[in-house]
Amino acid sequence: MTTSGPRTLSEKIWEQHAVPSPLQEHARLAALAEGGGRGATGQPGERPDLLYIDLHLVHEVTSPQAFDGLRLAGRRVRRPDLTLATVDHNVPTIGREQPNPDPLSAQQLEVMRQNAKEFGVPLYDIFDIRQGIVHIIGPEQGYTQPGLTIVCGDSHTSTHGAFGALAFGIGTSEVEHVLATQTLRQTRPRTMSVEVTGALGPGVAAKDVILAIINRIGVDGGVGHVIEYRGEVIRSLSMEGRMTVCNMSIEAGARAGLIAPDETTFAYLKGRPHAPQGEHWEQAVERWRALPSDPGARFDQEVVLDGSAVQPFVTWGTNPGQSVPVGGRVPDPSSFATASQRESAERALTYMDLAAGTPIRQIAIDRVFLGSCTNGRIEDLRAAAKVVAGKHVASTVQAMVVPGSGLVKAQAEREGLDRVFTDAGFEWRDPGCSMCLGMNPDILLPGERCASTSNRNFEGRQGAGGRTHLVSPEMAAAAAIAGHFVDVREVL
Amino acid sequence: MRAVRRVTGRAIPLNRANVDTDQIIPAQYLKRIERTGYGPFAFEAWRKDPAFVLNNPAYAGAPILLTGANFGSGSSREHAVWAVEGLGVRALIAPKFADIFKNNCFQGGLLTIELPQADIDYLMARAEELPQSELVVDLESQTVRTADGAWERRFEIDAFRKYRLLRGLDDISMTLEYEPDVAAFEATRSELLPTTTG
Repeated sequence: MTTSGPRTLSEKIWEQHAVPSPLQEHARLAALAEGGGRGATGQPGERPDLLYIDLHLVHEVTSPQAFDGLRLAGRRVRRPDLTLATVDHNVPTIGREQPNPDPLSAQQLEVMRQNAKEFGVPLYDIFDIRQGIVHIIGPEQGYTQPGLTIVCGDSHTSTHGAFGALAFGIGTSEVEHVLATQTLRQTRPRTMSVEVTGALGPGVAAKDVILAIINRIGVDGGVGHVIEYRGEVIRSLSMEGRMTVCNMSIEAGARAGLIAPDETTFAYLKGRPHAPQGEHWEQAVERWRALPSDPGARFDQEVVLDGSAVQPFVTWGTNPGQSVPVGGRVPDPSSFATASQRESAERALTYMDLAAGTPIRQIAIDRVFLGSCTNGRIEDLRAAAKVVAGKHVASTVQAMVVPGSGLVKAQAEREGLDRVFTDAGFEWRDPGCSMCLGMNPDILLPGERCASTSNRNFEGRQGAGGRTHLVSPEMAAAAAIAGHFVDVREVL
Repeated sequence: MRAVRRVTGRAIPLNRANVDTDQIIPAQYLKRIERTGYGPFAFEAWRKDPAFVLNNPAYAGAPILLTGANFGSGSSREHAVWAVEGLGVRALIAPKFADIFKNNCFQGGLLTIELPQADIDYLMARAEELPQSELVVDLESQTVRTADGAWERRFEIDAFRKYRLLRGLDDISMTLEYEPDVAAFEATRSELLPTTTG
């Protein structure tokens, strides 16, 4: 099925990857067999497409049961050459050369190794310099390119949308489906345009832009949609910044988020190990230039945000939409419009041990985590290093930096950033997901409060009983020095 | 996938919106490499509160979970589905589900029924007042009704999904029947696209 008339970026990619097959006809017949029940689109039977997948990223946590399923059914990986595995969620970020003290973790890492070997899937294993967070290594290696379909058993796969790729997270059964068939059955998502106009003020980061967007549309505002981020602010962001924005699309409930490829995209990709080379480069760029949404293309929903009004944000609650500018106060639950929001805010304040009306800048922190697929790239480390240079972490704070990949770490060390951080009292760790998700040894203790550059402030996300405040790298760095939140614009 | 036709039994009123997958199954249990055995760890943190609904013996083993909007938000971990199934739940009823979670439920034959908030409010209040009252979720007729038949609502579900759920048809084996179509499409892909083994 192709759309006539002007099309959006995501519609173009979708249509270029829908495998012509009898699937839709089968769906139609099934709908008739079931009495023509109507799907979510209101049409008799949704129209599932069989989408061809160009790149399948795999990690140790959501893949073992999928490989097991293949083994049980006697199936192979259809295209190991379109599949790339690494270990990130469950790796220690310190003392790697020692035997892993957690037998379950050790087993999961070993099973990843065995599966990669048995099924012929390339693996960036723990001592490979290219190892890192799955959403950092794809772009870094030049695998992530405009116009591709990219999936991974991880909800932050939306990160790759920064390149104008259609990239989304899937569950383990779908991982198995992609391994076996290189395709995925999907019904076409709705489209949403989020335009950020104007220009960002100094000290305002891409992280603040996405936190502002989630604050505006809500944590379920994007459900069923692919968001295309547009406007002057988005165009002016670096690729790292664009990845930060697309990364948290899922925190607004969106299926995926993407940004039209442009000169910034091409400049980032050129010369990367797996980007097209020589004459192929020119051909690829020509292909990529046809991808952006056509003038006049219609979106199912359109949101406009004034970028010049975006402030550095801090989350106060237990979902990423519960946030406020750093100059603000913890809100009063009774100020929310619906009973559900009020209840949610009350629960959040209890969990976070915060009183309504407390100025954000008076909230003292115990820990700082700088890293993750949201903010673990070289530009994030540079931005934070600029804030901490020549200063020292507050005596009440334990702070750590976890580069997103082995190559980010090496680059930062070449630039001397590791020294800036360690001189300031930060720990300098090995790459991985680390304290973003509380499954490896890097966790908060119950009651500890953390300024974190990661993406989720759910209850217990960074460790049972831990309290997470989501912020930009600059804001996290400034909080580490002060021991409480500060407006980074006042210390830059 | 196991076939599913009807789910009958008591309903658990979990009256919260935006329940995320970190609550459903905390990350430390994602180290396991099996598909089963997650039930005991489901909602681990919330179960530490004696007043939490899953600690109420009246709802033990109930096959229907009533909950608020955007259930299953956050991480793509299918372990969340395995954990809910591990509690003995076979059908979830909410105003809206998070996309990836909903897809994952379908893969395992766990029903996700969407009803308007007003209907959820009614069912929630009923389950709180009368924990022993039963609901019938019938996929064939696309209805949720009280066991006494006094209240009934129709729900929407994609017909193709319904067809596969009723028959327990596994996606992978069905997709493999399209192999010639996939191979034909594949032959048209540019050789310049990236590969991971070159």
